[in-house]
Amino acid sequence: MKSLRNHLSLVIALLSILFSLQTFIIVERSIDAYKESLVSNYSLVIVSQKNLTLKEIKKKHTLVSDLLPISPDGVIKKLNAGISKKSMDLLKLSLPKFYKLKLQHYPTPNEVHNLTKSLLRNSSIVKVETFSKSHDTTYKLLLLFKTVISVFAFSVGLVTILLISKELKIWQFKHTERMSIMGLFGAPIWLSSAILFRLALVDAFVASGLSFALFSIIASSDWVMEQFTNIGISVVVFDPIRDFGMMLGVAVLLSTLLAAFIVISHKEEV
Amino acid sequence: MDKVIVAENLSLAYSKDETIINKVNFSIDSGSFVFITGASGSGKSTLLKSLYGALKPQEGSLVVAGVELRGVSRSKLNLLRKHTGIVFQDYKLVKEWTIEKNIMLPLIIGGYDKSIHQQQVDKLLNHVRLKHQSGKYPQELSGGEQQRVAMARALSHNPVLILADEPTGNLDEYSSQLIWNLLEGANSDLKSTVIVVTHHIPESMTLDYKHLHIEYGSIHEVS
Repeated sequence: MKSLRNHLSLVIALLSILFSLQTFIIVERSIDAYKESLVSNYSLVIVSQKNLTLKEIKKKHTLVSDLLPISPDGVIKKLNAGISKKSMDLLKLSLPKFYKLKLQHYPTPNEVHNLTKSLLRNSSIVKVETFSKSHDTTYKLLLLFKTVISVFAFSVGLVTILLISKELKIWQFKHTERMSIMGLFGAPIWLSSAILFRLALVDAFVASGLSFALFSIIASSDWVMEQFTNIGISVVVFDPIRDFGMMLGVAVLLSTLLAAFIVISHKEEV
Repeated sequence: MDKVIVAENLSLAYSKDETIINKVNFSIDSGSFVFITGASGSGKSTLLKSLYGALKPQEGSLVVAGVELRGVSRSKLNLLRKHTGIVFQDYKLVKEWTIEKNIMLPLIIGGYDKSIHQQQVDKLLNHVRLKHQSGKYPQELSGGEQQRVAMARALSHNPVLILADEPTGNLDEYSSQLIWNLLEGANSDLKSTVIVVTHHIPESMTLDYKHLHIEYGSIHEVS
């Protein structure tokens, strides 16, 4: 029972680290997916005195993905009454060219600002409309959400590190005596610490296994999927191979470091 | 006769300004039975600790089974300890292991064939009259029984050198006699060199022995 309790304390500490890590990853993925959906709806409008080509724009602005001309026909039709065809053609020629500028990804306010400045350096571009007010609000909301989750993950991580350092002291107390006795009978370090590393690895596997089960349940939950559908995004909540590999790697690394620290700090009693 | 231990100008100390053993010279023949006596705090246990390398010489030279312990490497020390059986005053049994596994410890460390582990453990448990307790944990046994387990562990790998620190310190007559019989048996049958730190040399000793006495940091042989 006591041994189970000792196992549980490290397993719980590892579990909370893995939980906060995976939660952070899910939030990152959600934000990325949301940015993807935002970028397809977001574009800048530029007004130019000359015709522009995508090749010409992309050469100087790598953030740009597409350049779509906006036809002035709709506006001209409204002015149609009483104007001769010749005057209309002349008007068409004298009107500036309007373009919709699509971007590679959802830009930061800074990227929008730099792009605007850089576009205006082109003498033929006379106006750039960024719709900055709505863009900035959306971006700041995303940023706030990400910061809140990061602070949450960091706090959980910090508490867990405190838990692990407490566990370290318990393990030091528990394993030092056996390691000393084995050392007195000539056991090399690898042999006297083998039990410690075995325990650490078992705990890492148990914690990763529990995380795997927990996130598999979350990933298959209809309620969770519904929430993502509601905001119009599709997110891989848990990749059973890549995410489990990452979790196992982190858990094994942390528990092995814990065991290694005990072995390094172990001194033979005199 | 071969010397298993040779000390020359040996000084031992826990700190620089507190020397416990001061520039002593002595040697111990291979296969002999030696008692080290002295008043409490005279340095008997300190000397014993130095013989298994837990305390390094401050000065001088200490050679045990051909290994110079001053500046000895960890691998050489481990090798020496694999051939040494130690009985500690406070038993030093692994609490989370059964007494069977505790006795097996030197066999596991020495890399002995697994087939002889159980055979040797059974034999020793019979010798220390603890066969019926084999599956128990140390804390479930009395002090005398724990000391008998510690003795069985020290003998399990037929060591060339046995070091015992007050092996009968707080034991009843029955347990004490068992311990002395085992030590005498190891010395006569296995030809192990036995060094015992004690306050009293048992009157029942049937073997020849050497008696070293420690006083004021010096060692002299009592004839």
